[in-house]
Amino acid sequence: MRIDCNHVWDYISAYIDGEVDAALRSEIDRHLETCELCSAILDSTRNVVVLVADDRVFELPAGFSERLHARLERELV
Amino acid sequence: MKTAPNPDFEAECIRRILQGERHLFHDLIRPCERSIYFLLFALLRNEADAEDAAQETVIKVYRNLQNFRGDSQFRTWVLSIARNEGLGRIRKGQARREDSLDAITEEQGGDYTPAFLTSWREVPTEALERKELGEILRKAIEGLPAIYRNVLMLRDIEEMDVKETAAVLGITEGSVKVRLHRARALLQRDLAPRLKGFAPKRAKLFGWGA
Repeated sequence: MRIDCNHVWDYISAYIDGEVDAALRSEIDRHLETCELCSAILDSTRNVVVLVADDRVFELPAGFSERLHARLERELV
Repeated sequence: MKTAPNPDFEAECIRRILQGERHLFHDLIRPCERSIYFLLFALLRNEADAEDAAQETVIKVYRNLQNFRGDSQFRTWVLSIARNEGLGRIRKGQARREDSLDAITEEQGGDYTPAFLTSWREVPTEALERKELGEILRKAIEGLPAIYRNVLMLRDIEEMDVKETAAVLGITEGSVKVRLHRARALLQRDLAPRLKGFAPKRAKLFGWGA
């Protein structure tokens, strides 16, 4: 039985995280081989995950750590 | 999580701090700083509020250190304190924000159909050097409903596992997975069409050559 696109979308996040079982993974893989749409959705979702994890997207405010430890120092003495 | 927790180091540190070597608290808390800040930023959506709440959290952690029992990871315990600090501020209306508490704690319905596109296949990581891409990503994440933003921040940005994320947010592991899936789906739908324009170079991570 072939799974449909909706079914694949439901599992895209789990698929990216390696959290689908072997049987479902191979079903999804087979679907992806022939479905350009789902394949593109998977790629773009994975790309988004990679991009948001990049340290350059979310950086601590300049001087954050210094201010935090200075405040802490006043508490510790 | 950009720094891996080290339970042995933490336990030793805590023991010595409680015995009077208070200065060691700086080293104990340092690996948690980033996660504390971004958890609070996800809740409060304001840099100044998040920083103030982060400082307050760290002071509370220090004052309550003797109450840490070691039955969870130290960072999980710390982040629970951070979350309570953030929620407390929202309740008191100290934070300038739009979400109600309900929006932070309750599941929402909605449409999570992905963006249909076939042409954004390349990831332009070096394009992150360009400020505008980072800005687009940050805005998109900040625009997510709070319950999804919080989970995405811990799972995909701080790289915590499902179990710890569930413990910090006080939700089930199943909810973490559902919310993460929806967060990513919403981001994909929002970002994929707009990020196509950032893929002019031959650098890529996934899907190159299709």
